[in-house]
Amino acid sequence: MKFKKNIATSDTGFVFNPGSGDSFSSNQIGTDIIACFKEDKSRQEIIELISDKYDVERNQLEKDLEDFLTQLREHNLLEE
Amino acid sequence: MNLSGSLQNPKRKLVIAVTGLNAIDSPGPGVAVIRAIRESNEYELRIIGLSYEALEPGIYLHDLVDKTYQIPYPSAGVENLMHRLTRIHEIEKIDLIIPNFDAELFSFIKLSERLKEMGIRTFLPDLEQFEARHKISLYKFGKKHHLMVPEDRIVNQVNELNKAADDLDFPLVVKGKYYDAMIVNTKEEAQKAFYKLQAKWGLPVIAQKFITGTEINIAVLGDGKGNTISVIPMRKLYITDKGKAWAGITIEDASYLELADKFVKATNWRGGCELEIMQTTEGISYIMEVNPRFPAWIYLTAGAGQNQPATLVKMALGEKVEPFKHYTVGKMFIRYAWDLVTDVSEFQQISVKGEL
Repeated sequence: MKFKKNIATSDTGFVFNPGSGDSFSSNQIGTDIIACFKEDKSRQEIIELISDKYDVERNQLEKDLEDFLTQLREHNLLEE
Repeated sequence: MNLSGSLQNPKRKLVIAVTGLNAIDSPGPGVAVIRAIRESNEYELRIIGLSYEALEPGIYLHDLVDKTYQIPYPSAGVENLMHRLTRIHEIEKIDLIIPNFDAELFSFIKLSERLKEMGIRTFLPDLEQFEARHKISLYKFGKKHHLMVPEDRIVNQVNELNKAADDLDFPLVVKGKYYDAMIVNTKEEAQKAFYKLQAKWGLPVIAQKFITGTEINIAVLGDGKGNTISVIPMRKLYITDKGKAWAGITIEDASYLELADKFVKATNWRGGCELEIMQTTEGISYIMEVNPRFPAWIYLTAGAGQNQPATLVKMALGEKVEPFKHYTVGKMFIRYAWDLVTDVSEFQQISVKGEL
């Protein structure tokens, strides 16, 4: 799981794809997950970090993370 | 005695005439061209507006346009235009004319040699380059130069539409000779579009295969010798009901730069132009249209670090210009509507005297 090299992200959760001109805003959890991607953390590490920080059921988190990844893939933001 | 700073090269005086002052909801590029040239700050400029109608907003933007003269519509013919330009030149001593309307370009290209003899420069494609990219010839042009252009049929009679629809399938894009396009889904809709476009723009009408994808616009500047001097690709972020960009952003994609370069090499394009591209989900870039002049969003090129209008001025003056290598990605424009308040006396002067 890696963002494409040219994708610009900010601490505020703003994501800009310079190749397409698309931009997105994510909520705080999304922003935290994106920050993990930037640090090359594994899926497992992301789940640990997020579940430590937020009050969330582990099963729910895994499912939501999968949904989030699907969205990122659909928007062409991840390296294949 | 301190003389430091007292010796400065005076700026070269330049009189530039610009058309396309209709900064309306479907804007002409003139005002944006003037803004970009003024921003270069290299010349002592006098900008002469050339207008067709008394309510073109640029006429009244006195910070940008020093003086405006009305000129005859292209339908009045080349000689009428020449006569009027000669008269304006006697007063203003024009150095350069930058025409910005598709419909007037034919006349200005035709007159370019005569204008040159009078001391008025232009920096335009020649007639062959101009005609090759015309909507009517674009598919043939694409085939010749291995550029992807959607398949089309040139339609001169309404009954030819059925055959075009059978060949190209629905939805189909029915386009006017100069402007306007309609997406149609049935033969009845196609016929309606044909009559509407025929009445407005004359024949032929173009039936073009419908391509879905992301619309990208590219502002291109060529030196007329096959060299691409500047390329700025832009993605529209907000589109008006007429399909015009109300906001856009510069994007980074080497394939668009290559495509523009291929176009310039194929045509030896001289001057500014806009490539309208549709990129499919498979990543194929189709050239939908080539507009033979700067687009209305050309001021963005100045913001992105490649001031195309100012560079065209240099090339028109015969200065050596190196191709730009970098531009800023993520530079945005957002157009705005703004009410200019003026007195009826100004409107009266341009309406009655043909100048302001």
